[in-house]
Amino acid sequence: MSDYTGVRGRVWFRALTGQDSPLAGDPKSVLTADAPIGASRARFLCVVPDSQGRFPCARHGEVGLEEAYTLAARVHEVIEQDRNNTKRPIVAIVDVKSQAYGRREETAAIFLAAAAAADAYGSARMAGHPVIALVVGHAISGGFLTHGYQANRILAFDDAGVMIHAMHKEAAARITRRSVESLEKLGKTIAPLSYDVRDFAKLGLLHELLQVSDPDHPSDEETQKVRDKLLAAIEDARRGPFDLGNRLESPEARETRQATLRTRALLESQWRAGT
Amino acid sequence: MSAARDDVAFINRRSFIELHARERASTLFDVGTARELLGPFDRVESPWLPLQGVTPQSDDGCVVMKGKIAGRAVVVVALEGAFQGGSLGEVSGAKLTAALDLARADSEQGIPTAAVMLLETGGVRLQEANLGLAAIAEIMASILGLRRYAPVISVVAGTVGCFGGMSLAAGLSSYIVMTREARLGLNGPEVIEQESGIDEFDSSDRSLIWAINGGEQRHAMGLADVLVDDDSEQIGGAIRQLIEQGVPTQHRSSQAAFYRERIRALDPSRQFDPKDLRATWHAGVLAEAGK
Repeated sequence: MSDYTGVRGRVWFRALTGQDSPLAGDPKSVLTADAPIGASRARFLCVVPDSQGRFPCARHGEVGLEEAYTLAARVHEVIEQDRNNTKRPIVAIVDVKSQAYGRREETAAIFLAAAAAADAYGSARMAGHPVIALVVGHAISGGFLTHGYQANRILAFDDAGVMIHAMHKEAAARITRRSVESLEKLGKTIAPLSYDVRDFAKLGLLHELLQVSDPDHPSDEETQKVRDKLLAAIEDARRGPFDLGNRLESPEARETRQATLRTRALLESQWRAGT
Repeated sequence: MSAARDDVAFINRRSFIELHARERASTLFDVGTARELLGPFDRVESPWLPLQGVTPQSDDGCVVMKGKIAGRAVVVVALEGAFQGGSLGEVSGAKLTAALDLARADSEQGIPTAAVMLLETGGVRLQEANLGLAAIAEIMASILGLRRYAPVISVVAGTVGCFGGMSLAAGLSSYIVMTREARLGLNGPEVIEQESGIDEFDSSDRSLIWAINGGEQRHAMGLADVLVDDDSEQIGGAIRQLIEQGVPTQHRSSQAAFYRERIRALDPSRQFDPKDLRATWHAGVLAEAGK
């Protein structure tokens, strides 16, 4: 299991879009581009580290105030532009360390910034835009809630450098009063605790795990393979529905999230019984 | 909200903060209309806590009640801060999401059904880690789904406050109601101190915490809609009024361009003074309201 390097997001953004710089007026930590996919175009977005960023707690691949509002603005832009047209797919390339942990961020209400980005992605999905998250590296906590977790389809690389989790390992161990070793051991039997993307796949939240031989150095051939997978996910998402219901439909979800399914079914029957 | 605290009213007020989740929820409804759904006797508990030697609770710390407020259909979901810090696990998360989805379904069928979330929570329950985070993503999606039809109201009364992923849920709400005792933020002070050091945030500095995350500050900055006393009557009144007000013309979390400009105007070379920021943003709130 690898530490966060913050390299992969940019590498895959460049591979999939052929571009490598922010749009005018945006911080250097958010890359946005429209690039061909299949017969049409998609909007790609990615958060990358910027060691010179204005906010000191958001320089290493964290999603901070500027990143969140920039993502939100760039996604709303697509919704506006496509209001009367075919809904452009939106691809969130995800390699985020976490949300930014800083006093400036709290004072200026990062909770609202993060909500605004999630609002934009969720609104795009509900408006009929296929929203796809491609997890190429880390997808941690509030960083993932802000950038990627509102997608209708989530793809992730089947690779030891990929980590999707509620909190990074050291902090989670500290807060639950465990050692990192005992946390890792628990993760082997309790799927939601695991830091391994294959265990994450058992939760049924992923559309697909993608095999990529060298995620740090994508070849043209592998880039095309990933593009094809994205295209298939886009076409699948277009069929709707535009909520997140599909996350409960996979065989894995039916196995691991039985408590969710039971809760939903019971609550619904009691809700209806009284009306 | 008037903060008039004449002595008699102050002595006779009924504290909301001192109530548990179930009492908090039931106190909001029109008399005789509330019905708890998936209550403790249904015994739908966390399947993950016992595996880790943690005793589950038969309502998983989440109370769902349906009934009427001001004569209108409403579902209230209350998180119990006294159980695992109000954290969201698989079951409590599924209860909240399902309640929002059912309110949306009824709203689509012509029975507008508002949702009130009583949030006392630190966010994801780390013993259920990835299923807690997934649940919060789904709660957020369900808030977005419902709030087009009926208001979603978040109440942060205290004393746990609302932190972590659930602060995003509050951020997506149509309205936020807070007391002065309540705190709202993404990262709690302890987490910031751990991650970024004590120079960034001294989590023992209570006045700093309330200056940043406290209800009065959030309200003055235009980030919370109503500031109330710790008084069940007043909180109930505020909720009734917001339900009658209905869906806002524009949700706060949809105003990305407006807030992006506010962030752009800041000078982050030093820490922001909460009082200065309050003054600047409050002026902006007044200007917006005057438009």
